[in-house]
This record gives sequence, C-alpha cells and structure tokens, in this order.
Amino acid sequence: MKKLSKTTKSSLVTYGIVAAAYLFCEVLMRTGHMSSLLKGILVPVCIYAILAVSLNLTVGILGELSLGHAGFMCVGAFASAIFSKCMAEAIPVPLVRFILALLIGVACAGLCGVLIGIPVLRLRGDYLAIVTLAFGEIIKNLINAVYLGLDSNGFHISMKDALSLNMEEDGQIIIKGAQGITGTPSDSNFTIGVILVLLTLVIVIHLVHSRTGRAIMSIRDNRIAAESIGINITKYKMLAFSISASLAGAAGVLYAHNLATLTASSKNFGYNMSIMILVFVVLGGIGSIRGSMIAAVVLTLLPELLRFLNEYRMLIYAVVLIVTMILTWSPGAIELRERYSLAKLFHKKEKEVQ
Amino acid sequence: MAVLEVKNLGISFGGLRAVDDFHLEIEKGQLYGLIGPNGAGKTTIFNMLTGVYKPTDGRILLDGEDITGKTNIEINKAGIARTFQNIRLFSELTVLDNVKAGLHNQKEYIYSTLTGILRLPRYHQAERAMDERALELLKVFGLDEEASYLASNLPYGKQRKLEIARALATNPKLLLLDEPAAGMNPNETQELMDTIRFVRDEFHMTILLIEHDMKLVAGICEKLTVLNFGQVLACGGTSEVLKDPKVITAYLGE
Repeated sequence: MKKLSKTTKSSLVTYGIVAAAYLFCEVLMRTGHMSSLLKGILVPVCIYAILAVSLNLTVGILGELSLGHAGFMCVGAFASAIFSKCMAEAIPVPLVRFILALLIGVACAGLCGVLIGIPVLRLRGDYLAIVTLAFGEIIKNLINAVYLGLDSNGFHISMKDALSLNMEEDGQIIIKGAQGITGTPSDSNFTIGVILVLLTLVIVIHLVHSRTGRAIMSIRDNRIAAESIGINITKYKMLAFSISASLAGAAGVLYAHNLATLTASSKNFGYNMSIMILVFVVLGGIGSIRGSMIAAVVLTLLPELLRFLNEYRMLIYAVVLIVTMILTWSPGAIELRERYSLAKLFHKKEKEVQ
Repeated sequence: MAVLEVKNLGISFGGLRAVDDFHLEIEKGQLYGLIGPNGAGKTTIFNMLTGVYKPTDGRILLDGEDITGKTNIEINKAGIARTFQNIRLFSELTVLDNVKAGLHNQKEYIYSTLTGILRLPRYHQAERAMDERALELLKVFGLDEEASYLASNLPYGKQRKLEIARALATNPKLLLLDEPAAGMNPNETQELMDTIRFVRDEFHMTILLIEHDMKLVAGICEKLTVLNFGQVLACGGTSEVLKDPKVITAYLGE
C-alpha cells in the first residue's frame, strides 16, 4: 500500500510541474513580460517534451533502441497536415479539425510503428535501431519527392513534378515535393500543446504502472524468465513500440499545425532530430518519465536563453550537456546525492520526532 | 494418475543425441530428483519440458494432456513453472512486481491495456487483488518486508526464494527447480530444503528438481532418476538408487 501511494504521489508531482510551468508562462505572457522569441518557442518545447517521453517508453521501459523517432513524427505531421488542408473549409471549427487531424496523425504513425515492429521486434539485438534509422531517412526523402494534388476527380500523386499530376482546373496542390505543404491552418497553440503533454504523461505513466507495463518491463529485464511465466514477448513489444510511435505522431501533428509551411528537411525530421530526442532521454535518465520531460524542456530553452553569448552559445550548450551527464551518472556524484538527498533529510527529521 | 508422464523423449542437435529414450513418471505431491554428471542432459530435459526446445521424438503428458511441442508460453499456461540455474529475476522491478508479473495470466487479475491506461474500476479492483495475492505469497517465503525493494538488491538466498515465489504465482501443477542450491552455503541449503518441503506441503505442489548437492537430494527427494550421457542410468526410490553400484561408478564416486 505504501508503495502504491508513492508512485501516485510521484506522478502527481509530474503533472503538477507541467501545470505550474503552464501557469507561469501564461502569467508572463498576459503581463507582457515574455519576448516574442520565447513565445515562439513555447509550442516546440511541448513538441520535444512529448517526443522525449514517448521515446523513453521505447528506450527506458521497453529497453529497445529507436533512432527513427523523427520519422514517426514526420508521418504524423504530414498525415495530419494533408487532412487539415483538405478539410480547411469543410470543417470550420479549428478545435474539431485539430482533434480529427490528431487522431489521423496518431493512427498513421502508430500503423508505421506496427509495420516496422512486425518483422523487427521478433529479433533480438540492436536491429530495431538500424531499421528505425533507415525508416526515418526513407520517410523524409520519400516525402521530399512526392507531389500530391486534389481536384474534383480525387487525389493525384506523382513522383516527378507538379505538372505531371494532370489535374483539372479546380485542382489544388497539397504536397509540392521538397517545398512541402504550405498553408496548413495553424490550429495549435501553447494551451493545446500543454494538454497534449499532459495526455502523453498520463498515458505513459498509467501504462507503466499497469499489468501491461509490468509485462513490458519484465521483458526488458529478462526475456527468458518473462517467457517462462507465460508473457507473450512479441505482443507486448509491439504494443509498447506502437504506442511510442503513435505518441511521436502526436508530436508531429502539433508541429504541423504550428507552422504555416511544413517541409521534410533533415533539420526537422532527419536523424539529427532523432539523436537529439535520444539525448533528452539519456540526459533526463533512461526510464525516468519526468526526467526526460524536464531534460527536453531545459535543453530546448537553453540555446535560446544563451543567445546573448552569440557564437559561444553552442559551446556552452555542449559544456552543460557534459556537466549534467557527469553530475547524473558519476559514482561520486551519486553518493553525494544520496547523502544529501531531500527525502533522506526529511526521513531523519521524522525519525528524530519519533 | 501421474501429474507428469514422459515417454521415450529424445532430442538431437545435428548429429549429437543429447537425450535419448528418456522416461519419467511423477505422482501428485511427489518430490522428484533428477541427478547426473555435468553434460548428462538434465537442463536439456527441463528445456524440453518447458517448451524452450522442441523434442525430436517422444511425448510429454501433463495431467493426461499432451503438451509435446507446445511453446513455452502455452506450457506455462498448461501448468509447468520453473526456476533457473543462474537466477533470472526482473532485476529493475520491485520484489512485489516480480510476483505480480507472475500473476500475469491468472484469469481473476486480467484486464486490458486500455483499462489500465484509463484506470477504470476494474483496474483498481484487479490491482488490489493482485497486491493481496502477491503479498500473501511473499509472506510465505518471508519476503513481505522487502516487497518494495528492487529485486536486484536482495541477498542471494532471498533471490532464489523470490524466483520460486514468482513461479508459484503462475499457479502451476508442476514446479521445476534447476539447481536451487547452486552457490549456497550449508546453512542456506538447509533453509532451502525446509522451504522446498514447505512449498510441497503448503501448496500440495509436485516438484521436480535438478541438483548436485547430494545432501539436499538425499534429504528431500522421494524418488530419483539418474541420467548419464543422455540416457537413464537408474530410477527408483532415493535410498536404493544412491546405493546402486552403476550410479556410484558413474556419478557419486567410490
């Protein structure tokens, strides 16, 4: 019973942090104390937080390495952007349109997760990392080459150029190759972003502390023992991975509806992005949901806050990464932390009272 | 009727005949020992019984039901649970969660992933029932105080006990113990013997164990099968088998 209340308390603290951060930002915005630069980065912060938490489900909870999370994000972004652009007039209410787009983006990303998972998750070893890395690059390059148009006859698709779509006069080009999708309605905002972060947290935390979560973590800890107590390895690996992919898709939806122009460049959906999400996860602590969220927020804000240092900005960023890593994982630092941890100080006080 | 009946079981790995014409019959509530020199094929037999290896020939009947060639998940559901020679716990899970993972397929605790994410009433009810059942099992093994520890932080002897508790959580008809006393000192072995006897009596469990510690084997097993080069060398009541000259030459030593 005591343990149960501890996990509940910990998750409440996590939700509380998000709520407090949201209120803080809202107050700053309302009172006009926030620079436009910072305002512009609020939604991306939410996007990265969702990505980090969702990747932690794969890396920390399932124990598999995925290097293509940006790919799933890309799928979610484009699927939802196509929907929103087609439906921009048919559904005039932005919120309804966004929710439908969200469902579509999540479903498409989840489907890709399943398709990749079916062959790869049956194998042992680091195959998932290799395949997801390739998937991320393929999706990005594929979208860069695709032209998609919509007219009264339905969808037209071409890999060559816009002219070869052979559309009627009323036709509208939706994806214009490397120029991507322009004119997606910007239906997302900071509030929606924070709600999505909270939803992601709730889903992942509840999943971890359920029967399914135990099955997933038992596979991570000892595959052979998990099989010996009747846990279906492939089923639970697939489940965890596709949920993780869907959540990355949700981040993509948020991304697509935050920008007027959506392109698939190596800057936003390339493997650099996947690696950056992995950095958030590792720095925040593999398996620590709250940690990866905080790491994502801090590391996204940091380069902006360090802007006054001009060209030394990325240097300081790197130093911060290294120092955090040392402080988190070196044995000496762990010992120090344990000796002076808040929980322990409180515990001592309790004992003295007794 | 016998709980476990194995008839002319055999397996070949390429040209190597690892186990040949193996017979075994275990009655309900029996404590049965499987002994023999290293490489005789004892663990291979365990792996066939639990579905890790598919036997090349022969049949395995559990409570009269043919389980030959089923997957290890199906066999666990049918009622065989095991522990491992080198302890295999879920090291980053708590002691309690290790046992709860063992309860995974028990009908009364099953709920869907969605129920878990939405935390519907069924989630709370099933989790509470699981906590109770798991704590009950832990108490039997004197592990209830350590329920919230990480499994990897338990001392060796307790890890062995936890592995047995987790296996029992799957509610088996037959429990297989692979060298439970490996790496234990005489005191711990003595305690383990009491635990095994206790499990048999308390849960009316049928137990088949592989062991090299002759004190443990002679102390608790009622019947023995001795394996040598993949074949049955001797079989019968413990005291007779241990006096058998063939067994003495092949395994025990003069």
